[in-house]
Amino acid sequence: MTRGAGGNDAGGHGGVVVVGAGQAGVQVAESLREAGYDDPVILVGEEPRPPYQRPPLSKEYLAGKLPDAELALRGDRFYEDRGIRLLVGRRAVELDRSGRVLTLDDGTVLPYGHLVLATGARPRPLPVPGGRLEGVVGLRTLDDAQELCRRLESARDVVVIGAGFIGLEFAAACRAAGLNPVVLDIAEQVMGRAVSAPTAAHFAEQHGLRGTRLLMGTAPTELVGRDGRVTGVRTADGTTIPADLVVTGVGVLPNTELAALAGLDTDNGIVVDEYLATEDPHISAIGDCAAFPDPRGGGRIRLESVQNAADQARCLAARLTGAARPYDALPWFWSYQGDLRLQIAGLATGHDHTVVRKDERTQGLSVYCFRGSSLVAVESVNRPADHMAARRLLASGVTVTPEDVAGPEFSARAHMARATDSERRAPA
Amino acid sequence: MPKVTYVQQDGTQTVLDLPAGTTVMRAAVAAGVRGIVAECGGNLMCATCHVYTGDGADGVFPGATDDEDELLDCTAEPRRDNSRLSCQLSLTDQVEQLVVHVPGAQT
Ligand SMILES: Cc1cc2nc3c(=O)[nH]c(=O)nc-3n(C[C@H](O)[C@H](O)[C@H](O)COP(=O)(O)OP(=O)(O)OC[C@H]3O[C@@H](n4cnc5c(N)ncnc54)[C@H](O)[C@@H]3O)c2cc1C
Ligand code: FES
Repeated sequence: MTRGAGGNDAGGHGGVVVVGAGQAGVQVAESLREAGYDDPVILVGEEPRPPYQRPPLSKEYLAGKLPDAELALRGDRFYEDRGIRLLVGRRAVELDRSGRVLTLDDGTVLPYGHLVLATGARPRPLPVPGGRLEGVVGLRTLDDAQELCRRLESARDVVVIGAGFIGLEFAAACRAAGLNPVVLDIAEQVMGRAVSAPTAAHFAEQHGLRGTRLLMGTAPTELVGRDGRVTGVRTADGTTIPADLVVTGVGVLPNTELAALAGLDTDNGIVVDEYLATEDPHISAIGDCAAFPDPRGGGRIRLESVQNAADQARCLAARLTGAARPYDALPWFWSYQGDLRLQIAGLATGHDHTVVRKDERTQGLSVYCFRGSSLVAVESVNRPADHMAARRLLASGVTVTPEDVAGPEFSARAHMARATDSERRAPA
Repeated sequence: MPKVTYVQQDGTQTVLDLPAGTTVMRAAVAAGVRGIVAECGGNLMCATCHVYTGDGADGVFPGATDDEDELLDCTAEPRRDNSRLSCQLSLTDQVEQLVVHVPGAQT
């Protein structure tokens, strides 16, 4: 039998203890209760506040459009009402697998029947000198976002290092605050390999038109400062770009230390099988920290998205309450950068061919990414309906060819409707 | 203060007294009302905050924008005339008593 597929090993001995009170941790606790699990559920979080949403931190929160209270993932009474013990401001520091106990930094010892590692990820430090100067800020937590809000009030020259999702979202927020940020990245293409070339080109062009200076293929070599405060970013060609605020968005590192200390296998994440189980039948890992087998055959992957965190949490809660199934949800993701709303269905990694459909009326765009003749991902800009239809298409396995998409009348929705219709009519 | 009643398919109800300014979605998520998933946090990107509006909804909300209209065509449960995305339903003092029905599925 596949390890971990045995299902309900979560009973007795302390119930379920979840390390990490973020998107994945909260969801697994909620889904366990929804499935009728009634042993103890304990949620341990290092951050000194109840769980909150991260996506707005680089978007509407910076624009001052979202008060702190609205950031909460769930209401104050949610945890108590469901008998979920929430221990915040405490870090899990030690894991004794043979005794099945977890130790927190304040000395609390928690026995567990099943342990869920939902520890997330942290910003990758900038690999150049000067990264610790005042005015150099990463963006992962509410504390980071609050610091950025404060600094944005007086900042004049903002440099963003890393043209990924968070960097570009932050750049758009700077523009909304009346600043003209400079974004630099070693790569030639924005948003790295997470999107196709046509989508990247569209975003680069649109950001430029809106007042962001994009310096692609530009490596920062040093952050320079005076009296401990950053004053500029030196690049490989010797120029120094003035900066009184530098935001770094050069990717994240999964929080695997606790797992590694306890001897669990890690490889760009905590290694789990298709049931999200580690090699220890009493320990699972979900969300940003988990490296899991791609159900669509792409080897071991680790994803950073709300969808992945929430769907993995639901899948794990189902297993722990006796309904084990392999994790096979279709990945989807969104990012909005000012008025550019990007949505991605599927994973574009490894695609070799794209078909672009433009909507002149709404200035929207959908890019269909194919590997060979199969559709693997659809990226939509300001086309939410395309995105929703694409998710259905990709999840259903309905065949779509590049020729279909290139046809003058193609729409994902109509294609899906036609395909399911003809299936229904086909003889059984 | 607006009072919103969320009715599940099995008839169970959650009644919330809410301040003006919040949305039907945010209030439901905060209170943990079952069946309002709201994965995108209210950004008109997911259609997992679908509700069927009932008593008290007439004339108190602006109509659906084009984006909402398109997304409503993509909900997990069938769209009806009274379908709305609850993240777009902002409560004002004009709303006194509102009933919304939560669909059986959002994903
Ligand atoms: C600024 C920003 C914008 C984003 N925008 C989007 C977006 O638009 N769309 C999207 O889909 N995704 C977005 N994401 C990604 C999304 O937020 C993450 O994928 C998601 O939060 C992952 O959930 P998680 O529970 O795995 O990790 P997290 O939410 O990071 O939660 C992990 C928690 O575990 C805690 N922890 C770690 N180690 C320990 C320990 N030893 N003991 C106790 N606690 C511990 C951490 O402090 C953290 O609070 C964004 C992320 C950021 C930072
Ligand atoms: S919460 Fe996503 S569309 Fe309403």
